[in-house]
Amino acid sequence: MSTELPLVTVDALTVEYWTRRGKLRAVDDVSFSLGKAETLGVVGESGSGKSTLGLSLIGLVPFPGRVTKGRVVLEGTEVLKMRKDDLRNLRGTKICYVFQDPMTSLNPVKKIGAHFVELIRTHQPKVTKKEALERAKKLLSDVGIQPERINDYPHQLSGGMRQRIMIALAIALSPRMVIADEPTTALDVIVQAKILDLLNTLRDAYGMALILITHDLSIVMERSNRTIVMYAGQMVEYAPSKEIYSNSQHPYSKGLLKSIPNIELADQKLEAIPGSPPDLLNLPIGCHFFPRCSYAFERCKKEVPPLFKSGSEHFVRCFLYDEERKA
Amino acid sequence: MLSSIFPGLRSLAKRGLAGWLVIFGAVLTGAIVVMTLVSPWISPHDPSALNVGHPLLAPSSQFPFGTDDVGRDMLSRVISGGGTMLQVAVLSVFVCMLVGVPLGLFSSYTGGLVDRFASLIMDSVYAFPGLVLAIAITLVLGRGVINMSLSIAVVYIPSYFRVIRSQVLSIKELPYVEAANAAGAKKGTVLSRYVLPNVLPSIVVVATVNFADAILTAAGLTFIGMGVLVNVPDWGWDLTNGRRLLPSGSWWVIAFPGLMIILLALGFTLMGEGLSELLNPRLGEEGGK
Amino acid sequence: MTLRTYIIARVLLTIPMIFILLTTVFLVMRVLPGDPVQLHFEKMASPAVVAAMKAQLGLDKPLWVQYFNYLAGLFRGDLGKSMQDYSPVASQIFSAFPATLELAICSMTIAILVGLFLGVESSKAYNKPKDHVIRVFGIVSYTIPVFFLGMILQLIFGVWLHWLPVGGRFDPTIESPSGLTIGSFHFSTGLYTIDSLLGGDVYKFVVTLKYLLLPSLTLGLVLCGVFIRLTRTNMFETLRLDFVTAAKARGLKETTVTYGYALRNAFLPVLTMMGLQFALLLGGAVLTETTFSWPGLGRYLIDRINFRDYTAIQGVVVVFGIFVSIVSLAVDLLYAYLDPRIRL
Repeated sequence: MSTELPLVTVDALTVEYWTRRGKLRAVDDVSFSLGKAETLGVVGESGSGKSTLGLSLIGLVPFPGRVTKGRVVLEGTEVLKMRKDDLRNLRGTKICYVFQDPMTSLNPVKKIGAHFVELIRTHQPKVTKKEALERAKKLLSDVGIQPERINDYPHQLSGGMRQRIMIALAIALSPRMVIADEPTTALDVIVQAKILDLLNTLRDAYGMALILITHDLSIVMERSNRTIVMYAGQMVEYAPSKEIYSNSQHPYSKGLLKSIPNIELADQKLEAIPGSPPDLLNLPIGCHFFPRCSYAFERCKKEVPPLFKSGSEHFVRCFLYDEERKA
Repeated sequence: MLSSIFPGLRSLAKRGLAGWLVIFGAVLTGAIVVMTLVSPWISPHDPSALNVGHPLLAPSSQFPFGTDDVGRDMLSRVISGGGTMLQVAVLSVFVCMLVGVPLGLFSSYTGGLVDRFASLIMDSVYAFPGLVLAIAITLVLGRGVINMSLSIAVVYIPSYFRVIRSQVLSIKELPYVEAANAAGAKKGTVLSRYVLPNVLPSIVVVATVNFADAILTAAGLTFIGMGVLVNVPDWGWDLTNGRRLLPSGSWWVIAFPGLMIILLALGFTLMGEGLSELLNPRLGEEGGK
Repeated sequence: MTLRTYIIARVLLTIPMIFILLTTVFLVMRVLPGDPVQLHFEKMASPAVVAAMKAQLGLDKPLWVQYFNYLAGLFRGDLGKSMQDYSPVASQIFSAFPATLELAICSMTIAILVGLFLGVESSKAYNKPKDHVIRVFGIVSYTIPVFFLGMILQLIFGVWLHWLPVGGRFDPTIESPSGLTIGSFHFSTGLYTIDSLLGGDVYKFVVTLKYLLLPSLTLGLVLCGVFIRLTRTNMFETLRLDFVTAAKARGLKETTVTYGYALRNAFLPVLTMMGLQFALLLGGAVLTETTFSWPGLGRYLIDRINFRDYTAIQGVVVVFGIFVSIVSLAVDLLYAYLDPRIRL
């Protein structure tokens, strides 16, 4: 862990969607910090709020959602309080986003090169088209794609290549932080590994922070420094990734671990977590995980557990780790 | 009776913007209808009386809406001028529904060549410019309230036909309709007991739009000189008359009657918008706070 | 079915449709209470005069002969003779046509531009006050009788402000734009905007625009409501698509994202709606031309009605009908080309 000041700090971030049928909290009181050249893994099922979390960091929560509480501080500046134009300038330059589905994230009627030219010239208007294209070519080779491809259209490239291009677009202007939302879900396994390696290489080369959002615990455990486990919008565990593996504490995290196939175990019984994720519009009063938890007791049903500190850098949202109880 | 209206109103209001649209539209339309009905008692002067005041007086406290070129009081004309238009609208919508609904039901339910043929004719009529068609039919039939209503009705029959047809086509294959048929129900029974109730909401929506269009088309026909001949106060007539007076800048002769036409048509349109939203709520739209 | 089959089927379908139209018009004209000639004279002419006109117009022949002549004439482009002076209806229609065409193009352009712009603004400010205002505007603009709007605009801009002419197509004191003339080669389109530019006369171009502005603005505003609604809905959906969010995440400018990305996709339905609005456009043109004394087909029709010139009216209705059939054919084909699901 780096001892410098963190690059980005998120504090009690809460995002709500105000729908016709009611208000739901997609992200509930999430806090973390991230330093340079560090990777944060955010793990959760679909509906856990991880994607909303990612989008909220750059102020792009879709309608009808809005950030109702909390702060995001990047290098001393509060991101969510910025003026619209300043925030817009932040995107693509300081914080970049890599989307899940490369098929639908690139503009189908624009050539690859044009994407780069547009991006570069929006933020650095003095750069000429020619220069922008040159830089584009270099970026493509950095991510492992032949430079000639700048003249192709998105549909002419494979999924893996398109994802690399998304990454190239993300690092084009040397961002301080890159948020990758399920960067490999739409890709096959072999390509997955390559893309993840690429992300880490770039992270080290550019000294940026990386947030990996995924449902796949196995990805984050190997490649991230710290991990947040999300459930029903809440952070249920936040710890160094190694500790999540060797000493996972929240019942949900334990359940997730048990459901990862391990090729080395001869006799592994894959256990799925019973039940299904809660309806965010109709949350139970107590702990969100209560209905599915095999360690639950009375208190869990009635109160929402706060985040307890259970190790020097380990946080759990579970009454099992309440100091008072641990007698 | 009023006590049963209020709960109804309250439930409408609860439905948000759409409900309010319906209420507002209904109130607007209702007010105009009532005004027209009681016009003989509330208009300050006889709307057809000449030289009640000096010709072409601008609006004043004595004549709030001014006078036209032969000294008629515009306020009285505005209060009384809706009669013909409302008659035409009601009559044409009535005829339209009478013909269009059964035709649509029967044709789409029967299917086959009958349906193809009917659709072809309906589509052709639908594609044809409504006003021109109405003009042509009025030419043939002659002027008058009934004839104008008939010509407008013909123009809008395809609208009912098409809406009903699309609804019926989707309902036709549903299990409960098939079950009724399997049990040997007569076609007429199936249509009236099973299909019609489901189609009813759409018919209501089309009817409101129909009303609005009928009013506008009637106004248009009057404007080009194919209106009703009888010398009753009529907003459309005032517009035609006012056109001649335009160069003199006498705006009040056209402004107020025109405004009334807009309000009347708007009342129906708003009702239609609201009803359509209530009956077919748009997916994915959130009530913004 | 394949695209090719659909095209063939649809084109073939147009033929009986036009045929039915022609026959209907023919029958209607002869099923008038009384016959066309007598109605023309309002039953006040002597039998000799009536017989003379009938002979001139070929209306004294047996019905099926008339029908045959009617159809044959249509193939040759002969739409009969006017009851007023026996001049060919076809040439009268032909000379009135460009004025309506010019009005139609300008009005539709205004309707689409205003509709797209307001629709975009509306979708961006979804459910906020601006959105509601624009939606109300769209509804109201559709509800205003086009001739009323026209008269109000005439009042404001013509009578009170004296900025724009109140009626007509061009300044009657100067020669209308004549197009391109090089030596003995002459080319004109009949559209004053183009012709004045072809002739290199900027002054006439400006005059043309002055006369064109109010009528096309009137008709355009009344038509734009539909486009506002359509664009708003489409933009709302498109703006939610991934590549739009991705573009925003790259920090691209608002205008780039809205117009360069989202609008491109929302534009297509507008194109087809354009064709569907064509019927409304023609109807509206009749009223607009009457209001502004615009010398197009609409005013010609009303003129002829006032003159009880039934042969000319028949000609105009036929032309309208064929026009509409062709446009609806074009729209259907375009739609089938763009959306494969329709062909099934």
